[in-house]
Amino acid sequence: MTDLMGYCDPQSLAPGDTLRVMVSCLGADAFRCDIVRVLSAEAGPDHPPFREEVVANPVNRDYPARRQPIEIGSFALVPPSPELAACESFTLSLYVYPTLPGQGRQGLAGTWSAASRSGFALVLNEAGAPEVLLGDGKGRIGRLSTDIPLYARRWYFLAASFDAASGRLHLLQQPLADKSFHPARRVSAEAQTDVEHLVRPGPFLFAAWHVEDVARPTPGGGLRAGGFFNGKLDSPRLSRRALSEAEALALAGDAPPSGLEAAMVAAWDFSADIASERIRDLSPNRLDGVTVNLPTRAVTGHNWRGHEMHWLKAPREYGAIHFHDDDLADACWLPDLEFPVPQDLPSGCYTVRLRAGEAEFHVPFFVRPSRGQSVAKLVYLASTATYTVYTNNLGRFTGTPELHHGRLTVLDATDELLLKHPELGLSTYDRHRDGSGVCYSSRLRPATNVRPKGRLWNYCADMFVVDWLSRSGEPFDVITDEDLHREGLGILRPYRCLVTGSHPEYFSGAMLDALDAFTRGGGRLMYLGGNGFYWRIAYHPQQPGIIEVRRAEDGTRAWIAEVGEYYHSFDGEYGGLWRRQGRPPNLLAGVGFISQGFDASTPYRRTPQSRDPRAAFVFDGIDGELLGDFGMLQGGAAGLELDCYDAGLGSPPHALVLASSENHSNVYQLVAEEIAVAHGATDGVQNPRVRADLVFFETAGGGAVFSTGSIAYAGSLGSNNFDNNIARLTANVLRRFLDPTPFRIPDCGR
Amino acid sequence: MFRIDPNRVDLAREYKARPFGVHSGDLQMVLNLMRALPVEGHHVLVMSKPHREWTLAVMGGRPPRPRLQPSQVFTSLEAAEWHVFKLRWQMLTGQPLQLD
Ligand SMILES: [Fe+2]
Repeated sequence: MTDLMGYCDPQSLAPGDTLRVMVSCLGADAFRCDIVRVLSAEAGPDHPPFREEVVANPVNRDYPARRQPIEIGSFALVPPSPELAACESFTLSLYVYPTLPGQGRQGLAGTWSAASRSGFALVLNEAGAPEVLLGDGKGRIGRLSTDIPLYARRWYFLAASFDAASGRLHLLQQPLADKSFHPARRVSAEAQTDVEHLVRPGPFLFAAWHVEDVARPTPGGGLRAGGFFNGKLDSPRLSRRALSEAEALALAGDAPPSGLEAAMVAAWDFSADIASERIRDLSPNRLDGVTVNLPTRAVTGHNWRGHEMHWLKAPREYGAIHFHDDDLADACWLPDLEFPVPQDLPSGCYTVRLRAGEAEFHVPFFVRPSRGQSVAKLVYLASTATYTVYTNNLGRFTGTPELHHGRLTVLDATDELLLKHPELGLSTYDRHRDGSGVCYSSRLRPATNVRPKGRLWNYCADMFVVDWLSRSGEPFDVITDEDLHREGLGILRPYRCLVTGSHPEYFSGAMLDALDAFTRGGGRLMYLGGNGFYWRIAYHPQQPGIIEVRRAEDGTRAWIAEVGEYYHSFDGEYGGLWRRQGRPPNLLAGVGFISQGFDASTPYRRTPQSRDPRAAFVFDGIDGELLGDFGMLQGGAAGLELDCYDAGLGSPPHALVLASSENHSNVYQLVAEEIAVAHGATDGVQNPRVRADLVFFETAGGGAVFSTGSIAYAGSLGSNNFDNNIARLTANVLRRFLDPTPFRIPDCGR
Repeated sequence: MFRIDPNRVDLAREYKARPFGVHSGDLQMVLNLMRALPVEGHHVLVMSKPHREWTLAVMGGRPPRPRLQPSQVFTSLEAAEWHVFKLRWQMLTGQPLQLD
């Protein structure tokens, strides 16, 4: 068995840019790399064959194989400092909210190095009880535990002190008051040790301890950490002498009493710089640090009382960071090859195709046109935001999605890589090991589920659209969500018509604003998907390719954000559904999410409205009432995820519902955000709102919108070798949408 | 709570005739019970040839991994569904499913 995988950076490039490709290959001496243009999805015997074209280039050759490890697990790190070196005696205090106490030893804070057994740390021991330890660097370790395990998901104040002169260790464990009746009690323990503290000048770590320094890049700047903590830490304080319990408690407060300044080494405030990867020390020593692998910020702290839900409005109540042993921001692999994008390479969807033995792994990237060089009037928007948040959706295999999919879960050899290599990290559809939702996802790691083969979903299903476009004869460019986010409307200006993929679900404010302005200004939008424009996301303010999602308040959610944690850390905006922020998808697309189910798709049936002369161009050459009673995605054009027209959510009154799907199965359920009082009549058999609406409308600026409201639609384009009524209808729309003649809004009499 | 009545082989026939799509309410209750079985021991399919051949597997271990059942290979998803339906019927009713 060969384990072959890779990723690239950047993901979207123009000719002249250079693609860096990072590969790990275990079980072979060499791997083969070829740059290929992907023109279709691999969809099996019932579909036209998979099409990929090798791009002739010197980088296409064999490369020596090597294994590249991934350092998963988040922590925070303060670089070495003389101030830390002066902490032979110390008091270390913090608030802690453990989520997996008792599941292995977990580092909370300190200079401890596992390799040299020197420095000191506050940890949770195997039983989940706090323990302070220090080492002499010769193998002897002094330690003290309260021996009372912490409850999971409760706040405690811990203070550990050591007096080097007397060898006295002290440890305080103080549960915080809350509105529960948990019986946790205050404990303090004391012991004497003759172990000398071999002081380390740092680094000082939170939520892990130092294991070793390595010669390769790691997320921790060449450092490897271990003993990852799961849970929240808040307001750590470090002093250079053994404080009394009263002094330690006083120092933990907002206004430290006078007299303690001289002893204080650091007072970290995690509520500062929340939108960044910095942690700030408020003491004059400025022992600032960085977070590693994106632990979750903008989370409720030990003193959050539920009066304020926004961290920007009550930052002092958001002084916690939630660490997870399965956080991952960047695999930090070394490049195996670099591909300078040739000047004549056409804009399109490409992959780095890696092969070794029986293994094959595709690393998708997108080539956009050179600035100002394109003549195309048509642009395809690759849903890279959606791909990124879905990256490595482990829960599809470790949960029971069969219940809402309505069919057996199918996986293949590439999917199995994710089960074999959990260090590849999680998607925002997953929960962390401690049960909390994964709200950050990065593309800076191999993605086992973003490829033109395997499950017909997202990237793979979108290739049905790309395949159809590439056969349409119309020249088209490819841009990505990330480009649209970064550049806004400007990147759309050359184009007359924009086509989406099958599931453009995740949109930042900048992306949505750009698409809205494009359409409002005369542009034409072909939304060939379902459940689009649904979640609000934030891109990381500095690091491209990292996205935040807070599954707040409402919606079809893989997890539910903790109360008080609905606002993005990256940009301070309210997370969750666009619908919950005054921008339902219906405003832009004329339709919005209504139901999902994955067992069977159905056709659309033409409506009386479709006979309106305004829609005549859509049905040119189309006979019959049923549209798309065939297709690669469960046998019909309407399925998987469905959107419908809803005037109450802002679908325009002049929009024409050209066709509606019918006869959806019991698996299809009305989405949660449509149900105020739970009842039993929510499935496709009983609820008439469970349907996809095919919608067309004109915009004031001469533009127009065509929406299919169904993910499965894309899978019908290629049926009967692209000769079918869905392909014909879509081509009719495309032709008219590329015609510069302005659309006119009908006179509605008001 | 709902339990499968082993005498309701009519529901099995209904499922065999149409594994995907609209089902009777009674059949849907059977399927919900079957599909909610725990991850440990859950049946899944491993696509052994792209969209044309699937091998039965059972999830097991921590973290769960698919354990292939190489003797159970299907060339249609419908056939695979029917096979798993019969296995689960026996598991949940204690009786093999017999359609004369
Ligand atoms: Fe989705």
